[in-house]
Amino acid sequence: MTTGIIDYGGGNLYSVVNALDYLEMPARLVKNPEDMENIQRLIFPGVGSFAAAVNDLKRRELFTPIKTWIENNRPYLGICLGMQLLFARSSESPEARGFGVLAGRVEKFRTKRIPQIGWNRVSWVKENSLSSRLQGKPFFYFLHSYHVSEEQISAPWTLGLADYEGITYPAAIHLENLWGVQFHPEKSGWVGLQLLKNWLNWDGDRVVNYKNYSLPGC
Amino acid sequence: MLTIRIIPCLDVDNGQVVKGTKFKELKYAGEPVELARQYYLEGADELTFLDIGASPREEVTVLDLVRKVAREIFIPLTVGGGIRSTEDIRKALKAGADKVAICTAALNNPELLSQGARQFGSQCIVLSIDAGFSGDTWYAFSHGGRKNTGKPAIEWALEGQALGAGEILLNSIDRDGTQDGYDLELLKEISSRVSIPVIASGGAGKLEHLADGITVGGADAILVASLLHYKQISIPEIKKYLEEKGVPVRC
Repeated sequence: MTTGIIDYGGGNLYSVVNALDYLEMPARLVKNPEDMENIQRLIFPGVGSFAAAVNDLKRRELFTPIKTWIENNRPYLGICLGMQLLFARSSESPEARGFGVLAGRVEKFRTKRIPQIGWNRVSWVKENSLSSRLQGKPFFYFLHSYHVSEEQISAPWTLGLADYEGITYPAAIHLENLWGVQFHPEKSGWVGLQLLKNWLNWDGDRVVNYKNYSLPGC
Repeated sequence: MLTIRIIPCLDVDNGQVVKGTKFKELKYAGEPVELARQYYLEGADELTFLDIGASPREEVTVLDLVRKVAREIFIPLTVGGGIRSTEDIRKALKAGADKVAICTAALNNPELLSQGARQFGSQCIVLSIDAGFSGDTWYAFSHGGRKNTGKPAIEWALEGQALGAGEILLNSIDRDGTQDGYDLELLKEISSRVSIPVIASGGAGKLEHLADGITVGGADAILVASLLHYKQISIPEIKKYLEEKGVPVRC
């Protein structure tokens, strides 16, 4: 089982590479369409702007193969911008079009502090395999200025919600083999590693749920 | 609700963690990889490595350390010190850093902020401001706090934000290592006027100072060095105290 990690030249994907390496999961970078052969899962860790990512993917002839991968219901995990690109439009780049496989919009935070940087809780709205061993409202690391519209909090594919300065928005989504998270599991300590492990359905030996501190409320 | 970040800062010189007072009088404070691992396990929300570049020739660079740390520590890592070009940013990210903190190079060449933001995204560009009070207001200093640029810190913060910095790391030169508390007036001035997050740095000597930096100074994150390295206080103690004060923290 090999996981492909999309490398479109824009984002910092070394953390994702390091995390899968730590979990002892075979992975390889996907820089062109040929790299998508013989992989069984796809992770898209995106940062930077919506339009720049779309343009870079098109230049590398990766846009259509990824869209086809998703439409064929093959396992996909979009992280941050990799989740936002599942929608057609973002107010960040009105002229650009994402994969458009989910209905909805991505818009800019209307908050005092932008971007949201730091650890925030995710509340799961339904039982799911991604949240296995991550009950309650676990903390994940967020870093973003744009978010999936709060109009979509009741959408059938909304899996988890986050709240930033009074705005509640979808922070995790799931539709069959399609998964997306607005936060960065690769930067969210043992909780994030456990989430990646859950997604990969990987029963490796590496134990990730350790920490040597405890605080009230945990 | 977004929580306040506690960020241990490792000032690194030739592969070792050091800490000075008012940017001088450096003392040995520990082994970086060991300290990083310890802070991670204790619940640090991010880690910052600042290469203070005190040694003219370094056998171990800060990037060597980041490369090692990034393989086992899964929280955001920031690297600062000696970032002068987009090529330096690329190298730091490739070593496993998530963000870079830029100080002197941005003062010399403000375009570096916009180029970095365009190429790698604002989220990885931290504008580090070494601010010192002089006469009437705070000014941005360059060259490790040695040179007053004559540019008011608040103006520089707003300019940096407009150029594409995603965060401001605000160091008080006057309070650095003194443990007298953050410069709250400076913090308030900057944090109330920018829209990007502000990280408070320089001067924390006890728990009350940390809480003040957030509740009075308006900081979104606090950078802690001496307090932790000399084991005066631990990260769980900090978080427990802040939580009692009503400050949201990650548990």
